[in-house]
Amino acid sequence: MNKKVDFENRRILGSKHLKIGETSRYHKDQVYTDPHEIFFEAETKPSFVTGSEVIRDALKRASLDCFVAYPITPQSEAAALVGELFAEGYLGEYFRGESEFAVMGQCAGASFGGARTSTTTAGPGTMRAMENFPMWAGSRLPIQITVTCRGINSPLSIQPDTLEIYYLLETGMMVWHAESAQDLFDFILKGIIVAEQPDVHVPIAVCCDGFFVTHTKDTVNLPPEHMVLPPYDPYRSPVPCMDMECPPVRMMRDPFIMKSNYIHYATHASWQQEVHAAVDRSRKHANAILDGLIETENLDCEILLVSSGTAVSQGREAIRLLGKEGIDVGLVKIKTLRPFPKEEVLEATKNAKHIIVPEFNVTGWMAREIKSIIPNNERVMEGPHVCGGMTMPSEVIVEEIKKHLGLAKKSD
Amino acid sequence: MSGYQVKPGPEAFLPPSASSMGIVLPDPGEGHIEGRIVPEDEAYELAARKFLEAKVPTLFPGPLVLWHWNDNAAEKAKAIKRLAEAIPARIIPMADYRPKYPKIIPEVEINPNHPNLTIWHNKIDACIFIGVHCHQANLALKIIRGGTSCYTMAMCAQAGHEDACLSFRDASVAKIDKLTETVLRLKKEGVKSQGDEFKQFRNNYTVSYKPSYE
Repeated sequence: MNKKVDFENRRILGSKHLKIGETSRYHKDQVYTDPHEIFFEAETKPSFVTGSEVIRDALKRASLDCFVAYPITPQSEAAALVGELFAEGYLGEYFRGESEFAVMGQCAGASFGGARTSTTTAGPGTMRAMENFPMWAGSRLPIQITVTCRGINSPLSIQPDTLEIYYLLETGMMVWHAESAQDLFDFILKGIIVAEQPDVHVPIAVCCDGFFVTHTKDTVNLPPEHMVLPPYDPYRSPVPCMDMECPPVRMMRDPFIMKSNYIHYATHASWQQEVHAAVDRSRKHANAILDGLIETENLDCEILLVSSGTAVSQGREAIRLLGKEGIDVGLVKIKTLRPFPKEEVLEATKNAKHIIVPEFNVTGWMAREIKSIIPNNERVMEGPHVCGGMTMPSEVIVEEIKKHLGLAKKSD
Repeated sequence: MSGYQVKPGPEAFLPPSASSMGIVLPDPGEGHIEGRIVPEDEAYELAARKFLEAKVPTLFPGPLVLWHWNDNAAEKAKAIKRLAEAIPARIIPMADYRPKYPKIIPEVEINPNHPNLTIWHNKIDACIFIGVHCHQANLALKIIRGGTSCYTMAMCAQAGHEDACLSFRDASVAKIDKLTETVLRLKKEGVKSQGDEFKQFRNNYTVSYKPSYE
């Protein structure tokens, strides 16, 4: 980067059309509040809630214009819970799509029209809707989607598995991975604000590990219910709003890429580059609003555990258990997968001799991501991996690390 | 810190976006010059010099200032005309973003999908985008950097453009006027415009445009 992020003055810039202090257009008890105040200054209250309830509680404060639901229960109750919010008057529009594919198309329509739009899906739903995600990104639609990850393959599984995140990585969306219910709450609201910055203005997928986060209760610190994000400001959009004569909408019926010559190919290539550039631009905002794209502990250790999502939580306990045996292990938690915190991971891992990457998927995509950017990548130990809904006991991480270091007993 | 510089091209068959090379946009009160974040005043000074040094300095006003969709747009348009007269510079509009078929008329228009055609045809060596939506501006700036030697500038109403060689952010009537004042001050100090003589819209074409979908 040509400029370091100023963490001291991390005020995220709002619109000139902001209506701070005005009553919400949807609920008379809610007031448009400076995001900085909601995120960093408001007095929070601990609540004991499930991850699904956290999605509801975040969207209750999001000044949402439209939520499109496909009820993919039992993976998450969030879509139904948001329906209750609509009944209580907290959001502008709510309806059920015919399928996940239809839902994502309907979200695009709402967002093209200038509505702050959200939805949620998981596993096979994500895969069924996949064609729409690059379309959202290419059209610069700042839609918020919460992905409560589950298995995607046959035989079907409704248990947690993060393989679907891998498919989302190159769609042109921002992809953030929550470790806990608190992360999920924070990432949903902060993600909306980052996604709507005019230099970013791309969709954001906030992912969490299904069941472990969605169905278990955890203590989450929530700001007051009357504080809501300022509304979406379509005047800051980097593309014209819903103009049938101009790209991106025009492309739906008359793609300029269909003209077979260099100029049109170059235009399309530049268009793709601009979408991915927008994701890169989100670094500056995400860095400030998330206190960095990664979280680290004890980077002076020779052994580092690097991962995202609930694999980090299991890793934290494994680190504690290893510490009791005199084996010191540091931690790198990756919060944003797109943009990937390349510089940060390079710096954090520069002195590590062993980099352990536990993951909740069969292929180990996170380990590949890390191996692709660091020097001497034989330092990376891929795994342990579990998938299909298996848990990853901390003891298993401990055992694998000890095996890797040659410390495990033969009977192990 | 990134070593990448956002210089005039021709840079590459398909140059990278400056953002992907680590170039970060300026914060309020700052400008961007070739990958460096600078105090805004430095950007005014260099932008004015680039215009006065150019043979074919050109302003590309976009739809946000060409169409009278609010009073501020009209005021910005007047400010742009003052800037054009001060340099003096050509004005070539980007009235909308429709792909132009069967081909663009480069003497009188520019389009974000193939802006290099207008740059090449008119031999434009310094230009500024004002009032173009950010996505389309970035598209055009990168294509120009890829295939031409034009020095690109952007007066952005939002966060700025790292794909331009020089960029302002939070554009307003006052900022456009400040650039005009800087040009006039430099001229008063003896810096002469190196621009070729021209008349605005010297080619009085009767445009026969047939939409492609008919």
